[in-house]
Amino acid sequence: MTLVLEQALNGVQLGVLLFLLAAGLTLVFGIMNFVNLAHGSLYMVGAYFAATFIPWAGSFIAGALLALAATAVVGIGLEILIFRRLYHRDHMDQVLATFGLILFFNELVLMVWGPAGMAIAVPHWLSGQVTLIPGVPYSAYRLAVLVVGLVAAASLYVLVSHTRTGMRIRAGASDRQMAEALGVDIRLLFTGIVGLGAALAALAGLLAAPLRSVHAGMGEDILVLAFVVVVIGGIGSIRGAFIAALGVGLIDTIGRAFLPRGLDALFSDTIADAVGPALSTMLIYLTMVMVLAIRPRGLFPAPGT
Amino acid sequence: MNGRAIGIFAVVGLLALVFWVSTPSVKPDGVRIGFVTTLTTGTGVIGADMRDAFELALDHMDRTMAGLGVTVLYEDDAVDPDIGRQATERLVQRDNVHFVSGFIWSNVLLASYRAATDNDVFLIGANAGPSQLAGEACTPNFFSTSWQNDQTTMAMGEVLNSKVSNVYVMAPNYAAGRNMIAGFERTFRGDVSGKALTQFPDQLDFAAELANIRAAAPEAVWVFYPGNFGTQFFQQYSQAGLLGEIPLFSTFSIDALNLPLIGELVEGTQMTQFWSPDLDNPANEKFVTDFRAKYGRYPSFYAAQAYDAAMLIRSAVEAVEGDLDDLAALRAALARADFQSVRGSFAFGVNHFPIQDFYLREVVRDDDGAFTTRIVDVVYTDHVDPYAKDCAMQR
Repeated sequence: MTLVLEQALNGVQLGVLLFLLAAGLTLVFGIMNFVNLAHGSLYMVGAYFAATFIPWAGSFIAGALLALAATAVVGIGLEILIFRRLYHRDHMDQVLATFGLILFFNELVLMVWGPAGMAIAVPHWLSGQVTLIPGVPYSAYRLAVLVVGLVAAASLYVLVSHTRTGMRIRAGASDRQMAEALGVDIRLLFTGIVGLGAALAALAGLLAAPLRSVHAGMGEDILVLAFVVVVIGGIGSIRGAFIAALGVGLIDTIGRAFLPRGLDALFSDTIADAVGPALSTMLIYLTMVMVLAIRPRGLFPAPGT
Repeated sequence: MNGRAIGIFAVVGLLALVFWVSTPSVKPDGVRIGFVTTLTTGTGVIGADMRDAFELALDHMDRTMAGLGVTVLYEDDAVDPDIGRQATERLVQRDNVHFVSGFIWSNVLLASYRAATDNDVFLIGANAGPSQLAGEACTPNFFSTSWQNDQTTMAMGEVLNSKVSNVYVMAPNYAAGRNMIAGFERTFRGDVSGKALTQFPDQLDFAAELANIRAAAPEAVWVFYPGNFGTQFFQQYSQAGLLGEIPLFSTFSIDALNLPLIGELVEGTQMTQFWSPDLDNPANEKFVTDFRAKYGRYPSFYAAQAYDAAMLIRSAVEAVEGDLDDLAALRAALARADFQSVRGSFAFGVNHFPIQDFYLREVVRDDDGAFTTRIVDVVYTDHVDPYAKDCAMQR
């Protein structure tokens, strides 16, 4: 039983990381109707910035904050220079252009930071364990990731649901033209949203970095999962993204933890060894297929989309 | 087809042409060697280490073999079988190399080797040792200066027989990971109390698996997590509070490249290996001393294998006096393995994998406080891999 609880914690921890990435993606996709494959590159750039700034600042938190700001600037720059010209194009053009950006950013980090990749050490005050569940020491760093992620999610919820800016964002998501007609500066709003999404992606990147290391192409692996989260949650819905992210995190972790064992009990060793890892990898995608079969627009489709 | 699409195709075609033409052509004379390894991604440091060792070997032979100049073309495989195969095809068909070497990952090697061996280009594997190439798919044009995947973990199974009665095993789920576990189970007589195969190469976060290990409470844990994967695994094992709780053994997971990062965590940890920097023979002493002088760090076992690959190639080119068109003589010369290996005596088995010793080594600090490994015991002498008997090649 304690094992199930511990695995659930691991699942939620993965879930909040996915949420941070998916939140920016779903906002941009839902409000601007813009497919941004380069969102994973912002995740990567955020991690590289953090790996550079943390030793320079001599403090994990100061370095992380600098990295968030720097990545937001990169995101805003991208929006002004490139994304802005793509909003009225069809999705295929957007996919091509942002896929090009992925290649560009991967080569760029190789040129700037070298091919070896970087590492961010877990800050020493988080390298120990805390006992959350009796008898089960849990990594303090993973717990910190979980808490920071939840705080970020709560802040985002307050921002979107209880502030004037949030009202404009929601209005933009529901009916862009009407919002524009009522005097909302859509251009500024879009730039701000991309910047916010970039900062969230950077937060995900730098929190994940001590667990997954920093290297070129690190964004692509997790971007696929983030898209799954966006699609399951309903495009444009922050609430949907949050619930879907936790769901995907839990399904992935619980699947990896218990599925091979369950198969062991049912089949011979060789079959279980071959099928278990493959099936637990597929579990998320099977979930997505099932959700889409029942609710083609995702769990919480944003109104007006 | 509309005009725009034609335009796009024209631009792409033109770019391809420019790329093709502008690629520096290789001098027609001399020995041409292609080296396919991982130079990007989180494991790019391994490829860089192999390249450094290969370059050191070239320095040691004044960059000539039998009086011929040597050109080496390094290619990146990005841990991707498709990219590795394309790189190999390019080297063989466009650059007309005589030898292809390198290959860290078994899945990349399996996808790539035929692009060389089917075209009568010799492939000198310098790390990966998949069971297929040692057994039923063995081929006269493939040689290995490393080991077959099962061997090192067979030695580990043997070591653990006298230490514990049950072990939890963990490895990434790809060709080599499955070979490593098979090798371990071949010799370990105790109980494999749990087994986790993780996604490769995407998975670097092992939270779920580590929680399962704690719950299973085995007497020991044995893992295979090469390079960057090892770095992450040991750090997370420590963060999860398992270090010191459950003894940890490994193969190919701790090397000279990640020891500076994780040395503190794994000091005293034991592993099995065919080589160690402290192995006492003249070739190894020269290799380790000069490598440290040139690059300021200990060479990894990957480096040792790459160094041997260069030396093996030279021995064959010199045996045929630079006549690179005489493939039969070249092949016979490679099979004789008449060179000074950093592992001491070196001989090929029928399947062109080395017959060699395996040692138990442990992480220690050297006199300067830097982390390295030291041999504590010999586990196998002149060990032949278990697939050699399935190889159809005859001497």
